[in-house]
Amino acid sequence: MTGKLQNIIRHNWPALVLTAGLLLVWEAVCVTGLVPAYMLPAPTDIVLALITDFPELCGHAAVTLQEAAYGLILGTALGFICAVGMDAFEWLYRALYPILVITQTIPTVAIAPLLVLWFGYEMAPKIILIVLVTFFPMAVGMLEGFRGVDHDSVALLRSMGASRQQIFRYIKCPAALPQFFSGLRIAAAYSVVGAVISEWLGGFQGLGVYMTRVRKAYAFDKMFAVILLISAISLLLMALVDMLQTKCMPYARDPEET
Amino acid sequence: MNKLEVRGVSKRFADKQVLENISITLKEGELVCLLGVSGAGKSTLFNIISGLSLPDSGQVLLDGEDITGKTGRISYMLQKDLLLPYRTIVDNAALPLLLRGVSKQEARAQAAAHFADFGLEGTEKQWPHQLSGGMRQRAALLRTYLFSQNVALLDEPFSALDTLTKTAMHEWYLDVMERIRLSTLFITHDIDEAILLSDRIYLLTGQPGRIAGEIVIDNPRKQGKDFPLSPEFLHYKRRIMELL
Repeated sequence: MTGKLQNIIRHNWPALVLTAGLLLVWEAVCVTGLVPAYMLPAPTDIVLALITDFPELCGHAAVTLQEAAYGLILGTALGFICAVGMDAFEWLYRALYPILVITQTIPTVAIAPLLVLWFGYEMAPKIILIVLVTFFPMAVGMLEGFRGVDHDSVALLRSMGASRQQIFRYIKCPAALPQFFSGLRIAAAYSVVGAVISEWLGGFQGLGVYMTRVRKAYAFDKMFAVILLISAISLLLMALVDMLQTKCMPYARDPEET
Repeated sequence: MNKLEVRGVSKRFADKQVLENISITLKEGELVCLLGVSGAGKSTLFNIISGLSLPDSGQVLLDGEDITGKTGRISYMLQKDLLLPYRTIVDNAALPLLLRGVSKQEARAQAAAHFADFGLEGTEKQWPHQLSGGMRQRAALLRTYLFSQNVALLDEPFSALDTLTKTAMHEWYLDVMERIRLSTLFITHDIDEAILLSDRIYLLTGQPGRIAGEIVIDNPRKQGKDFPLSPEFLHYKRRIMELL
């Protein structure tokens, strides 16, 4: 364990040193009163606020994570179905792809209030928003994976009498795994941010709701504490995706790989 | 009886005649080579034999049965081993069995049983990228063999290997052939390789591809390692070069 820690320090010392330096400057600016505390809380105050509010934050985080999880699962499932369909039928690809790209140019923050108007203050509008933001990276990633398979391998399996389903199962699916996981890594981070944004606009619980509340109370230390927590959750989710990837793709982690 | 027979196969793409009236036969346990320059339509012929594409005219017969345009009967092996990087060697070799509906465990067991014969012991659980080019080709050949113990189509299987590995693979292949008696149709542009391995050689000339001649090699496997240095070998080589 200590060896692992040493390894992390050895590889990441430039980032660690820079971060520590910036935090020190920030702390100094606040302690010396260069910037008033009600405008910018000191890092130590933020950590303190995080510790004091932790039980309450956990309750809100649970709600946000639940929304993110539902949205991510639905978005992934929908992305998968779309990618499979677009891979199987060229006409569907040509019909859907431009629409998919256009949907990505619509700003999330702009449609979120509409979703609240249409679907109320409960979980539905939040999940729908997350589905909208996670669906695209998943669908496009998997589609690229499916379409990028080695044609000679497909021909070989066909010569062995493989059906379309078998070619999908034995070649296309595993070949699309790397793209699937890059998509999932992005989508996981989007899902948390998407949940928070949708909570800003209405709701009863969740990190976004809490954030709006403390902002209105000008409790900036608590505000920063939430931001810190959201970042930590996103990083954790991305690390989880990495772990899942290593587990699903054992052939890629081999040290002898060239 | 002919194991495999190609009867009067012709094929054109757009305005280009690629194959013209190709007829070849392969007997049980025979190793027959199709020797020709690049662009003579060798690969097109292989696609037709394996059922991936249809000839404009002519037939492909396996054990007397018409299999023209039918996949799932004859498989092939290319210069690229086409092992799937995300499957272990044993799972790669077992793939044709899985496609046929054999259970995973059973397929693995059947594949593993041949590892020693193909000189692949100990590589079962390795990933393709951990193996050398020669070993990967062995695994690819085992996969081809497990697909069909009838006929193997090999499309320049050793041409991506370096000379020393290639020589070793030739010896290994002849040795394996002795034991499993796999009827093999073999494409190459390497004259030495053709004389060394084959029982018979068809010479294919290009544009359009047609059979320019047939040469029977007299029992090459009994002549040992000195065969490539013998006058007979050079005699065959001269005849081939005249015909091409």
